Amino acid sequence: MVVKVYKPCVPLSAIATSSTHGEDSPYFAGWRAYDEDPYDATTNPSGVIQMGLAENQVSFDLLEKYLEEHQEVSKLVNGIGGFRENALFQDYHGLNSFRKAMASFMEEIRGGKVKFDSNRIVLTAGATAANELLTFIIANPGDALLVPTPYYPGFDRDLRWRTGVNIIPVNCNSSNKFQITKQALEEAYAKAKKADLQVKGLLMTNPSNPLGTAMTRPVLEEILNFISSKNMHLISDEIYSGSVFSSEEFISIAEILEERGYADAQRVHIVYSLSKDLGLPGFRVGAIYSYNDAVVTTARRMSSFTLVSSQTQKMLSPMLSDVTFTKNYIKTNRERLKRRYNYVVERLRECGIECLHGNAGLFCWMNLKPLLEEATTDGELKLWETILKDLKLDISPGSSCHCTEPGWFRVCFANMSIETLDVALSRFTSFMEKRRKT
Amino acid sequence: MGYQSVSENSHLLSRIAAGDGHGENSSYFDGWKAYDSNPFHPVSNPGGVIQMGLAENLLCLDLIKEWIKEHPEASICTEEGLNYFEAVANFQDYHGLPSFRQALARFMGKARGGRVSFNPDSIVMSGGGTGAQETLAFCLADPGDAFLVPTPYYPAFDRDFCWRTGVRLLPINCFSSNNFKLTKAALESAYETARKNNIGVKGVLMTNPSNPLGTTMDRDTLKTLLTFVNQKRIHLVCDEVFSGSVFNQADFLSVCELLDEEPSYDKSLIHIAYSLSKDLGLPGFRVGVIYSYNDTVVKCARRMSSFGLVSSQTQHLLSHMLNDDDFTSKYLAENKRRLHTRHEEFTSGLEKFGINCLPSTAGLFVWMDLRQFLKENTENAELKLWRVIIDDVKLNVSPGSSFRCTEPGWFRVCFANMDDATMHVALKRIGDFADKVKDETTQLQQKKRFNKKLRLSFCRINDGGITQHLMSPHLQSPRSPLVKASH
Repeated sequence: MVVKVYKPCVPLSAIATSSTHGEDSPYFAGWRAYDEDPYDATTNPSGVIQMGLAENQVSFDLLEKYLEEHQEVSKLVNGIGGFRENALFQDYHGLNSFRKAMASFMEEIRGGKVKFDSNRIVLTAGATAANELLTFIIANPGDALLVPTPYYPGFDRDLRWRTGVNIIPVNCNSSNKFQITKQALEEAYAKAKKADLQVKGLLMTNPSNPLGTAMTRPVLEEILNFISSKNMHLISDEIYSGSVFSSEEFISIAEILEERGYADAQRVHIVYSLSKDLGLPGFRVGAIYSYNDAVVTTARRMSSFTLVSSQTQKMLSPMLSDVTFTKNYIKTNRERLKRRYNYVVERLRECGIECLHGNAGLFCWMNLKPLLEEATTDGELKLWETILKDLKLDISPGSSCHCTEPGWFRVCFANMSIETLDVALSRFTSFMEKRRKT
Repeated sequence: MGYQSVSENSHLLSRIAAGDGHGENSSYFDGWKAYDSNPFHPVSNPGGVIQMGLAENLLCLDLIKEWIKEHPEASICTEEGLNYFEAVANFQDYHGLPSFRQALARFMGKARGGRVSFNPDSIVMSGGGTGAQETLAFCLADPGDAFLVPTPYYPAFDRDFCWRTGVRLLPINCFSSNNFKLTKAALESAYETARKNNIGVKGVLMTNPSNPLGTTMDRDTLKTLLTFVNQKRIHLVCDEVFSGSVFNQADFLSVCELLDEEPSYDKSLIHIAYSLSKDLGLPGFRVGVIYSYNDTVVKCARRMSSFGLVSSQTQHLLSHMLNDDDFTSKYLAENKRRLHTRHEEFTSGLEKFGINCLPSTAGLFVWMDLRQFLKENTENAELKLWRVIIDDVKLNVSPGSSFRCTEPGWFRVCFANMDDATMHVALKRIGDFADKVKDETTQLQQKKRFNKKLRLSFCRINDGGITQHLMSPHLQSPRSPLVKASH
């Protein structure tokens, strides 16, 4: 057989050959281990249980019930009238009804404490696209964004890969429950300046992934003051806002802005998505809400690369505009997540594992510092491997979230049935018992 | 709701955001604005602007609608399909639903008459054809690098390929003298120009069938192209978004079919961009495809697809539809037939008025030759004529200059985005316009002959010079007095 050998051709791009896609991180290695040996109650009861994926499967029944009871939705999507218009609809403004529905839903989540103007909503195919798009708009290649640690590992790709923008971490630690402090902000900013990097914005996640905590009012005020004083943008990723266990405990940046009479609001942009609160990651529904007209216009133009499928917009509009439904959904979803969280934390405590006190999200921030052989990243990764290989649990090591304190792990609990969760928790229990004996 | 706008904050946007790489200031979009503010409707606004600037395929949507009605199980919000809801809604794997990739591979193979077989594992999703182009640019070139692109080309390539990537598009000029065919000389010349200016050429971007020409590349041209990219060791991105919209000839010849013909052809240089927006008439569903013969590019593009995945609801629906062999065969055949009929009607209608189009066998538009109506052989004259067509004739067509055509006077006119009745209204308007111009040209020529006699009587001394001037082709081409009359 003749093996064809060609002369070298022009290389692929630097972006293509870099590893900034981030997939070499242990965050994703665990996913691969799961893919190769996935747990199944009957066919593979000793397989890996996926606790590294922040998905919300606790409230699907509510969505299915809605669609079952509202068959007019399927008629709307598939056709008696309007199929053709919908099939052709590629206007980057998005369906009016859908933008209004998103605005309404976001208002409901915030307990009606703020109003959203649907004309300021830009739709994107998921929050992944929204965060990258905003980065393209506010920063040039080589510039920097400040991001409080620990943060969602996907940001390394979303904010940096194709944009060429740098992330400077704002380091937080357990001494004050990982809250962002003015000092940490100033330190990060100074570090950027020293490295000759122009800081164009701060991106925060509220409620936090991976901490599972909602930001407090004083911290939010501090952050707003900071970004104003440094003349930069603020991106508030609020994709878990509907997953705060109690509505009083979530304060959106939108509320603070409203209280301040929207002074300096044009620096602020909110990112949202239906992937977490509604548990619909497959539908690729993300949104940017910006108080800055130029950002809205530009984001809308850029959304051409990442529009939401018109049939998905059509299907979800009625449901999200139905305030009776959304009120009930948000309340029920919160209750169910809270119940799960409390159950997980209690079971873990019973076997000697503590978690950060959380009030939001689809995961808990577990403290395994006492189990580390050495208080280093290496020590943490060794423990992570043990948990993956011996306990067959894929959890996310804090180092993959850029946590500066080794020993913390993010453990997701909302992406599985309660039976599977019990199996996972009993594996922790056995592990801790074994350790006590040795 | 207004917010305090602090003017000094305008500098807070990136160069990409502040520039006009979004391309919306092009004349291509001006016509759309005219249409948006006064859209034609047969009943409520019969005097409005008819949209002929949008390459959309409405001719076979009834077939798709019928299929969807007959297959409620393919929709996750119907009673029959609801049991799929949870699994589908949860599915965000960037590999895409396996059945969806298989369905796409089958459909693409069918559109090529079964002569090409596509591997579902090399199919990557993107946010429409728009997203596919941008992703390929990110994978294959660095900021400042260039791709060569034959003119005339789809205006939005400047945005799709260049805006956020920083990659440049350099023209390979094509001319009407050989029906705008791509030549080896043109390729070499474009490449050499880039080299002289120290610009790194990373590849060639072509569209086959062509937008805006509606022509398909013949075997020789494809081989010339393949030989060229292999010699220069650069990439070839082939946008085959209209591959299922070829009519009036036996089959469409895709570049994929020729890859095994020569041992010198390196497959890893070849990347196809596709979408269901044109062939299936579903631009709203945002289904873009990248198919690459280069595994590294597939891997990279797949990772990038996270930024523009296809909604799982849509993947689910279309995997059922496009795996339905009976349906896809029927659809592709019927689409060809209806496009052919529409194309014939439209072009023969134009011919009656003495207006010719470039002979074409594909696409949703014709490349109309209006050079005879140009006041002068310049882009300005073309744009003036175009304004007349929008403002007076009330048709939104796209001027050749927006496609970077080297020769003024050509216009892309879309015919598949309307019903028969509207098409006839459009033809009538064109006919009236053509007649009017002929009448006025005749009158003007009569007036000129009279004036000529007067002038000659004054200029007997400089006889030779004046006569020469009067006989120049410039003055003998008919002028459109409507251009002068335009506001």
